[in-house]
Amino acid sequence: MTPPASVGADTDNPYALAHLDALESEAVHIFREVAGEFERPVILFSGGKDSIVMLHLALKAFTPAPVPFALLHVDTGHNFPEVIDYRDRVAERHGLRLHVASVQEFIDRGELRERPDGTRNPLQTVPLLDAIEKNRFDAVFGGGRRDEEKARAKERVFSLRDEFGGWDPRRQRPELWQLYNGRHSPGEHVRVFPLSNWTELDVWQYIEREKIDLPAIYYAHEREVFSRSGMWLAPGEWGGPREGERVERRLVRYRTVGDMSCTGAVDSQAATISQVIEEIAASRLTERGATRADDKLSEAAMEDRKREGYF
Amino acid sequence: MTSIITGQPGPTERAPAASLLRFATAGSVDDGKSTLVGRLLHDSKSVLADQLEAVEHASRHRGTEGPDLALLTDGLRAEREQGITIDVAYRYFATPRRRFILADTPGHVQYTRNMVTGASTAELAVVLVDARNGVVEQTRRHAAVAALLRVPHIVLAVNKMDLVDYAEPVFAAIAEEFSAYVASLGIPGWSTVSTSGAAGAAGSADAWCTAIPISALAGDNVVAPSANMDWYGGPTVLEHLETVPVVADPARDVARFPVQYVIRPQSAEHPDYRGYAGQVASGVLRVGQPVVVLPSGRESVIEGIDALGDPVDAAWAPQSVTLRLADDLDVSRGDLIAPADAAPASTQDVAATVCHVADRPLRVGDRVLLKHTTRTVKAIVKDIPSRLTLDDLSQHPAPGELAANDIGQVVLRTAQPLALDTYAASRRTGSFLLIDPADGTTLTAGMAGEAFAAGPAESGARPGGDPERGV
Repeated sequence: MTPPASVGADTDNPYALAHLDALESEAVHIFREVAGEFERPVILFSGGKDSIVMLHLALKAFTPAPVPFALLHVDTGHNFPEVIDYRDRVAERHGLRLHVASVQEFIDRGELRERPDGTRNPLQTVPLLDAIEKNRFDAVFGGGRRDEEKARAKERVFSLRDEFGGWDPRRQRPELWQLYNGRHSPGEHVRVFPLSNWTELDVWQYIEREKIDLPAIYYAHEREVFSRSGMWLAPGEWGGPREGERVERRLVRYRTVGDMSCTGAVDSQAATISQVIEEIAASRLTERGATRADDKLSEAAMEDRKREGYF
Repeated sequence: MTSIITGQPGPTERAPAASLLRFATAGSVDDGKSTLVGRLLHDSKSVLADQLEAVEHASRHRGTEGPDLALLTDGLRAEREQGITIDVAYRYFATPRRRFILADTPGHVQYTRNMVTGASTAELAVVLVDARNGVVEQTRRHAAVAALLRVPHIVLAVNKMDLVDYAEPVFAAIAEEFSAYVASLGIPGWSTVSTSGAAGAAGSADAWCTAIPISALAGDNVVAPSANMDWYGGPTVLEHLETVPVVADPARDVARFPVQYVIRPQSAEHPDYRGYAGQVASGVLRVGQPVVVLPSGRESVIEGIDALGDPVDAAWAPQSVTLRLADDLDVSRGDLIAPADAAPASTQDVAATVCHVADRPLRVGDRVLLKHTTRTVKAIVKDIPSRLTLDDLSQHPAPGELAANDIGQVVLRTAQPLALDTYAASRRTGSFLLIDPADGTTLTAGMAGEAFAAGPAESGARPGGDPERGV
């Protein structure tokens, strides 16, 4: 990506909105539409930067009243402890109800089976859909951005999911103007993506502008890692390292935060937000390309998972 | 200002930052649209190494020599399998001058509804033609849809110039024919086509339509100026996208504020706070301004405007803010706040131009839901006076129904009054959806008022006193 500009083309117009203001305004509009039209919305909150930005926008959208939504975290059981800690602090600080859907509990009950490759990311779909059904959530906010992946580029802001949580890209509702159609039948729900039009760089610039606090693992730190399939993975109870995989100490940071088994760290010296922005602007790799093993499983891995109900 | 999550002081001053341009592409199958989009992304260095590697890998897998840039945009399994684009996709790229959101709309069978979708939020549309074929039926459809949706700028990209020996007369003839067609769409003040030829690009940024000769495959005039077309003195596609003025002057528009949500904390800290949250749909609102709330017609004064937590003196489109009124009125979601002296008339009878987007037809007598701004009301389709043929803009009277991708006139009767502007006056408060009450399907995209100005509409037509409004 090209480095961010400091001067835009319309700065002489007093009514021109900077792109971050335009994106913020649009996202706030989406949050308020959902609050106005749905009975039981919930924000998917992983403690990752996108969901943190989502929560920040929701807080701004309803201030000085509290956010009228609960949080839902799908816990793979292999999360970074720093992130779980952050999640709990944020929920408490804002007095929000936190629902946790646990992959581990499904495995313990025998309702899910560990995959041979040890990654639990694809296993999140079942607990997610179970939590949506049990709590009768009708709108589920996700932090997904269309710039992340080619299948996500086709995603609507309001994405209707059938009673199996499935996404059918060929049967999506056209989305016209800012008139979001959230109508759904019992059993169906709507996934809502307020950050659809944001890029990774937008998210970081917004974090910088709003001085949003993130889990420390987004910034350069020394960590024990080992290499698998070209990615630096953190050792842990999830099953790494295997025999022959050598643990070393490196200066790294995370560009995305997900399940430890498939989220890679990148070599980095970026210890501050502005250094992170500089690094991303110069990077020749996409966020997911650099750090997500599960997207590399096949050419259409993301599309296939989304069809099954993944967010 | 205090950051809500951190509790720390936030920025007090915002540095000017890049503006945002939303644009849409339209082109027939084989016009090279995917290649143009791929070229824009690739040459503006918006494609990163791993994406390119994936495309190269997929190209090799398919036995093609070199990376097929079209694969950058055709993301779905079925698209790759069939080599076609199924649905609107959104792409993002940036230059130091501007950020871009591109609605990449496929040009095949379902063209109209896809292009309507992409064009509904676009400030500019790129219409592609093949230089060898010139203006064809599809080109006229694309121009007509862009005009119908009131997209403020059009770029006619005359592609495959490499296949016509980069000949200026070929380009000039196409630009002229297109210009004549656009003029026939009857949108006053919007009919100028600038070919930005030897005379240079002067004034082209203000023209509704700009024609640019390109070769997406070879890269001529997409991002870099072409060495093969010395006779062309205008901007490249990217240069034009970077410089076209996108911000209309909200001060010229009458203010409209659809209420989305009522914020009432009823907390110890804010026992009496009652704010009306929404996005300014058009115009500018100021503290102290007398306003009227529709449909009740009650009047008050704007006591305060909160911009996501910060009190401000004024707010304008498209800012999301919260209004506080001086009087304790009964205001709820679906109401419209407007200046007391420039409120729209409320009506239960809506005449509109629509594009039917669902597979099931729309018929006279259908009972539907109508979603207008934040308000959804019941409605009946009273009449479908005509269906429009986009190729020659001819009207077919009393078609009885509209099928998928049809554009036509409809007359609706709503159960409750709507504070509706004409679409010509406001894209935001003149547009609506028709929804199937049974299963929630989006049936129809509606634009209140006449489609193409039959008579000379004022170019400065604004919400409120527009004579063309729905009958």
